[in-house]
Amino acid sequence: MLVSRSWLREYVAIPEGATALDIDTAFVRAGLEIEAVTDLSEAVTGPLVVGRVVSIEELTEFKKPIRHCHVEVGEAEPRSIICGARNFAEGDLVVVALPGTVLPGGFAIASRKTYGRLSDGMICSARELGVSDEHDGIIVLPAGTPEAPGTDARSIVGLDDVIFEINVTPDRGYCFSVRGLARELAQSLGVAFTDPAELTAPAIRTAEGPHPLRVDDTTGCPRFALRAVHGVDPAKPSPEWMKRRLAQSGMRSISLAVDVTNYLMLELGQPLHAFDRSALRGGLVVRRAEAGEKLTTLDDVQRVLEPEDIVIADDTGVISLAGVMGGQTSEVAPDTTEVMFEAASWEPVSIARTSRRHKLVSEAGKRFERGVDPALCAVAVNRAAELMVEYGGAVMGDHVTDLDHRVPAAPATLPIGLAARLAGVDYTPEEVVAALETVGCRVTADGETLTVTPPSWRPDLTDPADYAEEVIRVLGVERIVGHLPRATPGRGLTARQRRRRTVGRALADAGYVETPCYPFVAPEVHDAFGLDAADPRRRALRIANPISAAEPELRTSLLPPLLAALKRNIGRGHKDLALYEVGQVFLPKATEVPVPDLPVAHRPSDEELAAVAEAMPDQPRHVAAVLAGSADLAGWWGAGRAADWSDAVEAARVVARASGVELDVAQGEHAPWHPGRCAELRAGDVVVGHAGELHPAVCEALELPRRTCAMELNLDLLPYAGKVAAPSVSTYPPARIDVAVVVDAATPSAAVASALAQGAGELLEDIELFDVYQGERLGEGRKSLAYRLTFRALDRTLTAEEAVGYRDAAVAAAASVGATLRDV
Amino acid sequence: MTYRNDPYDPKQVALLDPEALSRAVAEAEKAFAETRDLDDLAAVKHLHLGDRAPVSLARREIGALPPAAKADAGKNVNQARVAVQAAFDARREALEAERAARVLREEAVDVTLPAGRRPQGARHPLTLLSEQVEDLFLGMGYEIAEGPEVESAWYNFDALNMGPDHPARQMMDTFYLETAKRQVSKDLVLRTHTSPVQIRTMLTKKPPIYVVCPGRVYRTDELDATHTPVFMQVEGLVIDKGITMSHMRGVLEHFARVMIGEDIVTRLRPSYFPFTEPSAELDLWWPLHRDGPRWIEWGGCGMVNPRVLRACGVDPDEYTGFAFGMGIERTLMLRSGVTDMRHMVEGDVRFARAYGTEV
Repeated sequence: MLVSRSWLREYVAIPEGATALDIDTAFVRAGLEIEAVTDLSEAVTGPLVVGRVVSIEELTEFKKPIRHCHVEVGEAEPRSIICGARNFAEGDLVVVALPGTVLPGGFAIASRKTYGRLSDGMICSARELGVSDEHDGIIVLPAGTPEAPGTDARSIVGLDDVIFEINVTPDRGYCFSVRGLARELAQSLGVAFTDPAELTAPAIRTAEGPHPLRVDDTTGCPRFALRAVHGVDPAKPSPEWMKRRLAQSGMRSISLAVDVTNYLMLELGQPLHAFDRSALRGGLVVRRAEAGEKLTTLDDVQRVLEPEDIVIADDTGVISLAGVMGGQTSEVAPDTTEVMFEAASWEPVSIARTSRRHKLVSEAGKRFERGVDPALCAVAVNRAAELMVEYGGAVMGDHVTDLDHRVPAAPATLPIGLAARLAGVDYTPEEVVAALETVGCRVTADGETLTVTPPSWRPDLTDPADYAEEVIRVLGVERIVGHLPRATPGRGLTARQRRRRTVGRALADAGYVETPCYPFVAPEVHDAFGLDAADPRRRALRIANPISAAEPELRTSLLPPLLAALKRNIGRGHKDLALYEVGQVFLPKATEVPVPDLPVAHRPSDEELAAVAEAMPDQPRHVAAVLAGSADLAGWWGAGRAADWSDAVEAARVVARASGVELDVAQGEHAPWHPGRCAELRAGDVVVGHAGELHPAVCEALELPRRTCAMELNLDLLPYAGKVAAPSVSTYPPARIDVAVVVDAATPSAAVASALAQGAGELLEDIELFDVYQGERLGEGRKSLAYRLTFRALDRTLTAEEAVGYRDAAVAAAASVGATLRDV
Repeated sequence: MTYRNDPYDPKQVALLDPEALSRAVAEAEKAFAETRDLDDLAAVKHLHLGDRAPVSLARREIGALPPAAKADAGKNVNQARVAVQAAFDARREALEAERAARVLREEAVDVTLPAGRRPQGARHPLTLLSEQVEDLFLGMGYEIAEGPEVESAWYNFDALNMGPDHPARQMMDTFYLETAKRQVSKDLVLRTHTSPVQIRTMLTKKPPIYVVCPGRVYRTDELDATHTPVFMQVEGLVIDKGITMSHMRGVLEHFARVMIGEDIVTRLRPSYFPFTEPSAELDLWWPLHRDGPRWIEWGGCGMVNPRVLRACGVDPDEYTGFAFGMGIERTLMLRSGVTDMRHMVEGDVRFARAYGTEV
């Protein structure tokens, strides 16, 4: 909501000398956030003065008519000024920007030669000065303006004003008006407030209204007032001050009748509608729409109505979407002489739903859905009619409709100490009552209990806590002094939370940089990944209103966004990259389960909560890492080592170690990995993820470096170790013995190691693969794996014979994977 | 070896002459001193300490002396031998020390050479900051609560006193999910704030409740220097008997002092949230703002609305509580002077590496 200081000043006794900052502070104290303060005196700098047009010479030799004027500006000689406007005459007072003036937008005025004459300044229009949208001609000051030529013109055109942009929270609809803001400001400054609604007498209902009317739905429309004026002179413009205030509030001037409705909406907060009465056919009916009825609203959109929409209709059908936007057929036109003003009260929820259903946000709807003071209807139509009489040459109609079905606001009862209980401040009972009365409530005290009735403009005050908030706000939140509460003993991080930290730290220590990514992905990435048609990762949740239409899906794997981050880094000149992310992926349920409606007035049952949980998508936490470039950097020490599949597998082991879990690695085949360089990672029998080199086609499709590697694990599938049993640490020396076995080249080394370890027995402390050999001597399709076995006993030094015995047992066990002792 | 049995050889007897012994010692000392390295020393050792060295030969003559002379001569010879040995040892020690020093000199390297053989890893500053917030509150006895990012509308809105017709619900710039039939789901959204975790916590735990919940939230803002559709909040929730706004202010002041700076000045500003009543914003006084000193908003807070408590089965007559929500990005911007939101979300490794492991 934009409001000028001068408008506020009409209703608030702002102290002399109060600065814009003082007003800003007072608003903030009242709970109104100031988004921006614009000092108009800074909008135009330099000599902007009143001028009197002494002579006009019409220049006709150009494409358009041009005037060469002499304008007296309080100097010895009048100035020569060229002007393209024609709406002024000799003797008129105008506003002149002399050379040296800078207009809004940085437009500097200078002396110059144009149309063959000297132009030594500029006669300004309202738009050029930024005071309103008016650009049909230059500003002609009203006859009788007392200022002499040469006087500073800023105050005359409103350029001495300050505009406040105020962010109104949804509970305080009444502050979408000068009336509401002035009330808050006066209260906060502790000065007098004049209610603009009390400056005009409310219209008194007459036996017969200005127009036949029937209200079918008095719940949806508790109050409806009408007043007509006759014989409007359509040529009469809106007064300059009204146009200026509309402009300062961000609204365009349209016609006097429309401007009056907008002006009063801004001033009072009551939206009004101006009907061209001659365009109405038959009586007005306020009712719910019939399904399929149509209306073309003023924004030129044809809308198909639904039975919940509340409408105003005449014999031709619906003519207005009540409380939201009028229709085109009955709108005041440039030649309208019969104007009828309507001010009504609409049920907020109905307006909110209509507004949402038709995706139609209007100034009126915004106010009605937040609640408009229903006391204003009869005042607003009267004030509108009066303004038409004063400025539009109209004659006041005799008849007034005021159908009033208001239900009085329900009083609330609350303990007098509630505000103190919530704030932790000792308010006196007198303070509490006075504060509530300040906001307009009627208060009766009965011992410790207050009965409070809210003022008509505060439909948001319903619960005891609402009133407590008003007390705390009015008495000043600065009275709340901080005291730390003593928390009950906590239990520290959960195992799951600790794991997230240790995993992140371990990966960072291993050289990975954390890059949290947006979870938005394009469906095409599944093709780029080479996923099968049936791959579950293709089943993604979709956002109905994505930021980018190209990326409507939520990730089912961390890799697509992480690889995009990799690519972005490469694009920025980084070469050797290792990135990781720990985050949620989103997996829809196999079949969609409807979410039941839950109560809010009391706790839902455990069954209801379980039903909601059942309908929620799975959102496991994954960890992923990607690598490109060198894993070991090249440098003065020698060559580097390109990141390869084994680094990705090791990243998975880093995660597993940090989680206290041992991973089993098996040969896998899983998109988007290279089918021959993909490790399947298991914790026990559960596949928890994959690691390895990406498929060359994937790298190509995603424009990633060749042999980019990746790892992804479902952290939630890694079991929690619980309490770790302490190991027995032997102080006896180890017995080390090497063994080389030959296996089929396709046999995974992990299987061989596992078999050897199993056969080696309990005294095996460590098994280390130190050589892999393939060569002619072994024969086609064979490989040799050389292991160093370390044995150690808790209670003695092992003899060489014992160690050899264990080794032989290990080799014997390895026969299960086809291993034989290497003898060549 | 016949000379052993030749006790009358006057030349050999002369070897026992004290002067001759002194001369032999002096010669040995000189010879050792003149050696330049341990090899030299080894080469001359036998001349003065070997079997044919003067002191060794002298010792052999002692047996031939009359018993009365033996003791004296033996003492003299022994002293000479000890002196030669000492000279040798001293020289060897000196030369060894010299050699050790030389080796160390020769092994010197340029320690300013770069040594990072692996790319440098880092955690993201937003993660680090979240954990710092967690640690602050863990230290006060709070626990860390969590919730899903895809949330049901009931948790995200309804239970927080934002029914379907509430204007605030329309103002939250919500990402809605689609149903399987590609309709806008009325049930599932990307959570717009961490406040649904309040609900989840109150539904599963009995008061007293002291929790914070850092997490990702989503709003339909385009990414620019000051907005991002995905950002982090930290929610705080305290429900206990006798909790007041004074406690809320105390916690937030402490929080601000620890996260922003010990001398930070805060103010509460009345505001509105459907899920708290009364509601406020916490502002920080920022004397070094680029547009001049001013109050800047840090986050929202308030006393948990009794309607929210009732929806979670907490009796508002027995318990009161407060909640707050701060932006982690905003906090990082304030702490570290980050000027562009995009740096925090684009994942450029330079950004995270600048922080390393401490934010």
